[in-house]
Amino acid sequence: MSKVKGSRILLRHRDIPKLDKLDVYLEDGGFESFKKAVTKMKPDKVTEIVKDSGLRGRGGAGFPTGVKWSFIDANNWPHYVVANADESEPGTFKDREIMEQNPYQFFEGVMLSAYAIQANDAYIYLRGEFWDLAHELDKKIKKLEKSGYLGKKLFGTDYSLNLYTHLGAGAYICGEETALLESMEGKLGQPRLRPPFPPSFGLFGKPTVVNNVETLANVPLIIEKGAKWYRKFGTERSPGTKVFSLSGNVNKPGNYELPLASTFRELIFKHGGGIPDGHAIKAIMAAGASSSLIVANDEALDTPMDYESVQNVGGMLGSASVIVIDETVDISWLVNKTVHFFKHESCGKCTPCREGVFWMSHLTERIDNGSGSREDIVLLQDVANNIQGKCLCALGDFSTQAVVTGIERFPEDFKAKVSPNQAARIKINE
Amino acid sequence: MTALQDKHEKEIKHILAKYPTDEKRSAVMPLLYIAQRKAGYVTKQDMLEIAELLSISTTEVASIVGFYTLYHDKSGGKYRIQVCNDLPCALRGSGQFLEELCENLGVQVGETSSDGILSVEAVMCLAACDKAPMFQVQSHSDISYHENQTVESALQTIEKWRAEETDK
Ligand SMILES: Cc1cc2nc3c(=O)[nH]c(=O)nc-3n(C[C@H](O)[C@H](O)[C@H](O)COP(=O)(O)O)c2cc1C
Ligand code: FES
Repeated sequence: MSKVKGSRILLRHRDIPKLDKLDVYLEDGGFESFKKAVTKMKPDKVTEIVKDSGLRGRGGAGFPTGVKWSFIDANNWPHYVVANADESEPGTFKDREIMEQNPYQFFEGVMLSAYAIQANDAYIYLRGEFWDLAHELDKKIKKLEKSGYLGKKLFGTDYSLNLYTHLGAGAYICGEETALLESMEGKLGQPRLRPPFPPSFGLFGKPTVVNNVETLANVPLIIEKGAKWYRKFGTERSPGTKVFSLSGNVNKPGNYELPLASTFRELIFKHGGGIPDGHAIKAIMAAGASSSLIVANDEALDTPMDYESVQNVGGMLGSASVIVIDETVDISWLVNKTVHFFKHESCGKCTPCREGVFWMSHLTERIDNGSGSREDIVLLQDVANNIQGKCLCALGDFSTQAVVTGIERFPEDFKAKVSPNQAARIKINE
Repeated sequence: MTALQDKHEKEIKHILAKYPTDEKRSAVMPLLYIAQRKAGYVTKQDMLEIAELLSISTTEVASIVGFYTLYHDKSGGKYRIQVCNDLPCALRGSGQFLEELCENLGVQVGETSSDGILSVEAVMCLAACDKAPMFQVQSHSDISYHENQTVESALQTIEKWRAEETDK
């Protein structure tokens, strides 16, 4: 039986030394779930347990994983599983830790999802910068082939499975699942028009499940210990644990795995050790650079971090990449930073995003360097509003979140920047 | 057989085997990495050969080189030092780190040193935000991470490469 200490389901390597070694993982009960599934369970049963567990996608959208698997078109073959290991959202570094230190649990999750949808080939799409990691994973895949966990006719059954890595080459947009599939097909990483969605038209036009690394890493323990056990963590609608990537102005940045619905206060002050140099906390971005800016008042700090509650304080849980912003930070500088990210990463396929983000970056740059006017703030807001809801994928909307909420919730930072009174301008520590 | 194929036959075969036989276009990204190993950038000739190998047009290959930031079509420093200066790192002082590093190296962001050994670039988040300041180094053959850096530690590492290169 796999050992679980407290609420650490995914970062178990912190409790079990050398869990990244195959013999240690096996000794801990590793691949028992996969073996049990392949030899004793109907594929649909695996999907059903994952559905019952209430596991939701950890890549950002929070879509119920088992439900996604059940959408796979059973009249069109072959099927594919693609693990999304693109991890490029600023502030997100959880999938990397899982793959580096608990890789076999992640593999086993990929393998269980492949069995559930009867895919014989599964791919792991890693961002190109995870070069070393991809080569390590390749070696481990070889080990699994040698030990009979991957390959033809597994455990004497008719089921065969191959696992491959595929390296991207530096493009945030390839984290968007349809752009990722295009990229895997050897094309530009640009999103597809949807519907059809990947479960009916995915990789090479075939039914495909795309899941985030963290999502998949949950699966082996859910199959081993059951949906009811998994639901002991978190809430009714947001069950399970979540790896929170904590970054920014905080004493102890890092990954923290906590049950969903833990509060921001607990994460930032108890685990993260609070704000450096005795500064006060000013704002929180809960889902990386794509998030809205939450005013860090007591109400926000005491908000449970689950998919529903974060929305109530004007944010999104997304990938749970919590960026902490202290009182010394000028929000107009921050917004300029996030807009530049999206300008760099816009894929250029649809006009509102391509042109809008470009235009926003001129305005934020001007405001940030002190040559902007009050009208620029109004115009910036207007451009942002005109991007929202008009783009082919969510990147366009993402680019406007910090802009719109920054101007709305921290108006004084923008006004100070465009004021003719230079003394009022806040110097930032770039 | 193309020159690229001639030189890396086994590796290319292995890559092609990952994808369905009628979907070999998927191999374009891994093949570009192989091509780039030689000189740190992809030449026109490489693009031509990859296109031929995968039965796609050279323009399609070129557009992929242009789209993805880790492919280059011009020579740069042998070591491309890519400092993350995205929001979470910037909140932890990466801006100052980048500035001081450049000052010490006598290279501007986006430029290559006169000896051609290194170039410095500012890049977007590399999924190491809790270990800022940090940079990755893209050499001809691989990419490695250097985390929790100070200007001193970075300079030390860089001087080591410089010494290795001048020894050659
Ligand atoms: C611009 C953009 C970038 C994304 N980047 C990632 C990413 O890096 N990793 C990821 O898992 N999902 C990312 N997603 C979400 C994916 O499109 C998709 O929803 C996810 O991989 C589904 O897996 P899940 O259900 O397990 O979360 C991104 C979405 C968008 C719109
Ligand atoms: S912001 Fe620098 S690694 Fe994430």
